[in-house]
Amino acid sequence: MTILNVAGISKSFGGVRAVADVSFSVAAGEMLALIGPNGAGKSTCFNMLNGQTAPDSGRVTLQGRDITGLSPRRIWRLGVGRTFQITATFASMTVRENVQVALLAHHRRVWRFLRPAFAWFGAEADGLLAQVGMAEQASRAAGVLAYGDLKRLELAIALANAPALLLMDEPTAGMAPSERVALMRLARDLASQRGIAVLFTEHDMDVVFGVADRILVLNRGELIAEGDGPAIRSDARVRAVYLGSGATSGGH
Amino acid sequence: MGFVLVQFLTGLASASSLFLVAAGLTVIFGVTRVVNFAHGSLYMLGAYLGWTILSRLPGGPAWFAGGVVLAGLGIAAVGVLIEVLLLQRIYKAPELLQLLATFGVVLVVQDLVLKLWGPNDLTLSRPPWMRSFVQIAGERMPFYDLLMIGIGPLVLLALWLLFTRTRWGTLVRAATQDREMVAALGVDQRLLFTTVFALGAGLAGIGGALALPDGSANGQMDLTAITDAFVVVVVGGLGSLPGAYLASLLIALLQAFGIVLLPKITLVLVFVVMAVVLVVRPNGLLGRKLTLARGEANTLALVRPAEPALRWLGVAALLLAVWAPWFVGPFALSVMTEMLVAMLFAASLHVMMGPGGMPSFGHAAWFGLGAYGAAFAVKGLALSMPAALVVAPFGAALAALVFGGFVVRLSGVYLAMLTLAFAQIVWAVMFQAVSVTGGDNGILGVWPAGWASNPRVFYWLTLAICVACVLVLRRALYAPFGYALRATRDSALRAEAIGLNAGSLRLVALVIAGAAAGLAGGLAAFSKGSVFPTYISIDRSVDALVMVLLGGVQSMAGPVVGALAYTGLFDMLLMVTDLWRLVLGLSIIALVLVFPQGIAGTTYRLWLRGREA
Ligand SMILES: Nc1ncnc2c1ncn2[C@@H]1O[C@H](COP(=O)(O)OP(=O)(O)OP(=O)(O)O)[C@@H](O)[C@H]1O
Ligand SMILES: [Mg+2]
Repeated sequence: MTILNVAGISKSFGGVRAVADVSFSVAAGEMLALIGPNGAGKSTCFNMLNGQTAPDSGRVTLQGRDITGLSPRRIWRLGVGRTFQITATFASMTVRENVQVALLAHHRRVWRFLRPAFAWFGAEADGLLAQVGMAEQASRAAGVLAYGDLKRLELAIALANAPALLLMDEPTAGMAPSERVALMRLARDLASQRGIAVLFTEHDMDVVFGVADRILVLNRGELIAEGDGPAIRSDARVRAVYLGSGATSGGH
Repeated sequence: MGFVLVQFLTGLASASSLFLVAAGLTVIFGVTRVVNFAHGSLYMLGAYLGWTILSRLPGGPAWFAGGVVLAGLGIAAVGVLIEVLLLQRIYKAPELLQLLATFGVVLVVQDLVLKLWGPNDLTLSRPPWMRSFVQIAGERMPFYDLLMIGIGPLVLLALWLLFTRTRWGTLVRAATQDREMVAALGVDQRLLFTTVFALGAGLAGIGGALALPDGSANGQMDLTAITDAFVVVVVGGLGSLPGAYLASLLIALLQAFGIVLLPKITLVLVFVVMAVVLVVRPNGLLGRKLTLARGEANTLALVRPAEPALRWLGVAALLLAVWAPWFVGPFALSVMTEMLVAMLFAASLHVMMGPGGMPSFGHAAWFGLGAYGAAFAVKGLALSMPAALVVAPFGAALAALVFGGFVVRLSGVYLAMLTLAFAQIVWAVMFQAVSVTGGDNGILGVWPAGWASNPRVFYWLTLAICVACVLVLRRALYAPFGYALRATRDSALRAEAIGLNAGSLRLVALVIAGAAAGLAGGLAAFSKGSVFPTYISIDRSVDALVMVLLGGVQSMAGPVVGALAYTGLFDMLLMVTDLWRLVLGLSIIALVLVFPQGIAGTTYRLWLRGREA
């Protein structure tokens, strides 16, 4: 079942064509990787999918419903969770409270003025945190977390609305290689078990080829290749513009 | 026709004076990101120093020019002193704390000026060339005004050359755009900041000295100048010099013609202009969207509900407060009633400023509306006191709901200035609608109901209402609403991405804050028995700001401690010394340097650290 369908979206900033006529779709339970060199337009793509940026042209459809140009707020309500390349969390709150706020928003319990916030959805928040391996850190301030842990927290927040589509922009940046594999395996399990469609960007090629069902390659805003691991590895254009000498790991 | 031309030229002349003060403020902000509240004080010092120098010099134009430049240099030196002694230590502090520190400087300078130059207005005896007129289209135009017309564009040109044609200027522009990069280039940032501050201060000093022939050096010019300068800078766009000149022109010309067409509106014209500009262009005429403010990490410290020990302390204080009327005198009792009102007022501002992340320079608007609302209810509608105390918060909340829609779309200094504009408009309405509000004479005879007329009873009533309201506000801030509000402050991006509606959350916060401030105003009206336009003055808004910042913006304990400390300190100082501004200003500066998180915030931190060790 197709969860997300993207048809010919484009975005320019001034004279720069950040994303040019990109089309693809993601099915339920599928792990789709979006790769490409720095500045290829990956984050801009993500921004157009969750409503951060309105595309200049093209259409984005979520479960058959046109969501082009809707606000991030609306798109979250329709079941899209997202992590940011540069993490965005609530620094004046604990890790658990960060997730609780997302849960409060999801369950539409924001306009409550009396019962303390800590009394809402604590167990559910702990469950999400345990899933991403952050249970021990639940009471720490989000402002003092290591970068890898912030990324994990972001994932827990993105899962709070039980999303149909999960967008992860460089979810493993700042983590040790073993942690990367573990986190992506978790995402893989979530995708398979709950039928979540996952779209992610990643610079570590080992991770990409290890977990992705399908890979999209973006270069200067244009989609230059699409296929499974072996197909991408052997694609001449990809080798030329992206992998350069043919290295298959590392990134930037 | 001639009249219009002369009015136009007069407008151009005052545009130049406005620009001189505003230029320094905007340059300083652009580079150091410090909102220099003391800029008006530098202007005032320029006028006084200019008077001292010029009244000793011969009267020729060259001597005058030399004297003005000398005054400018003197004030630049004062600027260096302030920058090195104070600002350098707090560049990394939160923006609002810097504002508080420069407010301390304002107070210090006020008393210093009073000590050094005395309380009288000082005027310059003007030599003939300064008094001469030029005939233009059949009307007489003061020669000095014609000179002033030229000075604005001249200074703009000079600054433009300085910023584009010199290495120093290039560095300053680079620092305005990207601080880290300049630091990485190995440029001595400190020296850069000091020289920029000196330049800004010097411009203010020159502006002050140039204002002498048309007016005087007096003790009120600091607040007038800072308000005007802020308006110009904000209307033009923070950090933009051409914007500042454009705004000066706009405001001065509207003022020049407004005074003729609608004499009544001149009091608020500048604020109306500012409000309109900000509503249409949230970053001013030529301003760009500001990059994230510094020092945020500080305000984003983890917020925790109070420890049991702190709660017990609160309970003990409350018991003491309940018991107090039996052993304190009537004067102390009235001071304590005032402190309670201040506490609620500060707590209401905290809702906006702390978790809401919306600093307000015009919080007195809601306080004043509540006070007037209560007074109208009692005097006009012949309602009882309890009914009036319901009208007060509702009236203020309604106004907050109407204004708030515009306010919550802005951020930072722009937001603060828009609240100030609204406060000034409300003030002017109360001041000028004499038939309804009594104007300057206020509304008298707003006395409590018979059962509450005993000062003790009224004190207990105030205590009950204020403490209950503060607790309710605190509760809302720890409830989902408060967390969601704080989420929009911590990360607007993430808040939006999890479906939070920042606009409505902030608006509701503002309405709640307005209601609480209105209730405080209503209580103040009954405790004083009268209502005056001063209830809405800038001073009162600044008081609230100082109380919150003094205590710390992290938690509700902040405004409570801040309000009690500030009003307590204030009343005590008033009794023991006539130099209370000096002492208060120095204490505020010291507090900022010692307690960068506010009194409550820092004490709490130290206490926590002590327990962990
Ligand atoms: N808000 C913006 N304004 C102007 N240009 C932008 C903006 N956002 C992105 N760009 C430009 O669009 C292009 C694509 O940027 P994008 O961030 O999408 O790349 P990316 O593939 O995510 O790169 P990276 O791997 O570094 O994260 C870049 O040239 C970038 O400079
Ligand atoms: Mg990116």
